[in-house]
Amino acid sequence: MVKLKINQKEYSVDASPDMPLLWAIRDVVGLTGTKFGCGMAQCGACTVHLDGEAVRSCVTLVSRAVGKEIVTIEGLSANPDNYLQKAWIELDVPQCGYCQSGQIMSAAVLLKENPDPTDEDIDSAMSGNICRCGTYPRIRKAIHLAAKMQREGGSGK
Amino acid sequence: MAQITKNQIFNTKKVVYLLLAVTAISSVVVSFRTDAFNGVPKDDKTKPPVAKEEAGEADSVISKKAFLQAYKVLMHPRCMNCHPTGDRPLQGDDSHIHTMNVQRGEDGKGLYAMKCSNCHQPQNTPGLHMPPGNPNWHLPPADMKMVFQGKTPRQLAMTMLNKNENGHKDHEALIEHVSKDSLVGSGWDPAEGLAHLPMTRAEFVKHFKTWLDKGAYLPDK
Repeated sequence: MVKLKINQKEYSVDASPDMPLLWAIRDVVGLTGTKFGCGMAQCGACTVHLDGEAVRSCVTLVSRAVGKEIVTIEGLSANPDNYLQKAWIELDVPQCGYCQSGQIMSAAVLLKENPDPTDEDIDSAMSGNICRCGTYPRIRKAIHLAAKMQREGGSGK
Repeated sequence: MAQITKNQIFNTKKVVYLLLAVTAISSVVVSFRTDAFNGVPKDDKTKPPVAKEEAGEADSVISKKAFLQAYKVLMHPRCMNCHPTGDRPLQGDDSHIHTMNVQRGEDGKGLYAMKCSNCHQPQNTPGLHMPPGNPNWHLPPADMKMVFQGKTPRQLAMTMLNKNENGHKDHEALIEHVSKDSLVGSGWDPAEGLAHLPMTRAEFVKHFKTWLDKGAYLPDK
């Protein structure tokens, strides 16, 4: 058994140390908000936070996550200051939605490190998250809106 | 009397031959020092070599040849891909610009959600086209880019010797870096499907050390 701390909660997970963290999160713990996309760190759908960094959980082994703070999209949603989700809803960002949890996890790292990003900053942060539906313009707009909400502590309107 | 004269003539000849031999050896040694380099990029042809005696006599031919061997490793994609001219790393055996708009960042470890270790694990991820790994995967930092890409042997040797471009390393620190640094070592442990370096690390270090020990001469081009 391996102990993992996911979204502030301790889990004893029946997983081998070389299992991809994504499998442990989805198939063992049952948190299915994080998605499997390419399985080779190329698309960003599986992005979760490991000690605050936006790691690709499909290539990150369970052994690397032991003793670290893991946050998934479910953990981000539990935060009352989840401005990104609020902005996403406000602007109807998703189309099919499959990539969106990964998009939001990456955007969260951007806003933590840069509370007022330019379009260029957003491109730099988000280029590793692919959206097959092409929702990029709305993603960019929503990140600007979330940044405004975060700065002003309100709805951004 | 006749015997003494013969001995005297013999001794005189011996001294003359000895002097000739010493002169000839000195000429050869001096001729190797005409284009010596002492680590200062400007007017390198006019300055004499310094501090090269501890590991043997300076020798421009051996030194330059050794650097040309080391250059094969330094300019190989496994090394050069993380020493690009721009602020984006290179990928693959054709050294194309890293996909996904990956960027250097101030510390060389990437930007925001696009940090190197978000995908590059402490070890190689198995399988074709999977990210190669090392616990300290990064580019040189923005204020010390240590560019290899596009440089001739002479230009790269100058970069290696210039403390303002090489991370403030003296000869000893350079040898330590190429011999022991873990990320340098990962060049000899490529991910699946990627080309291997053309010699072992020990061979590379031997050439690199010979280059420095024999005078750190700049290749001609």
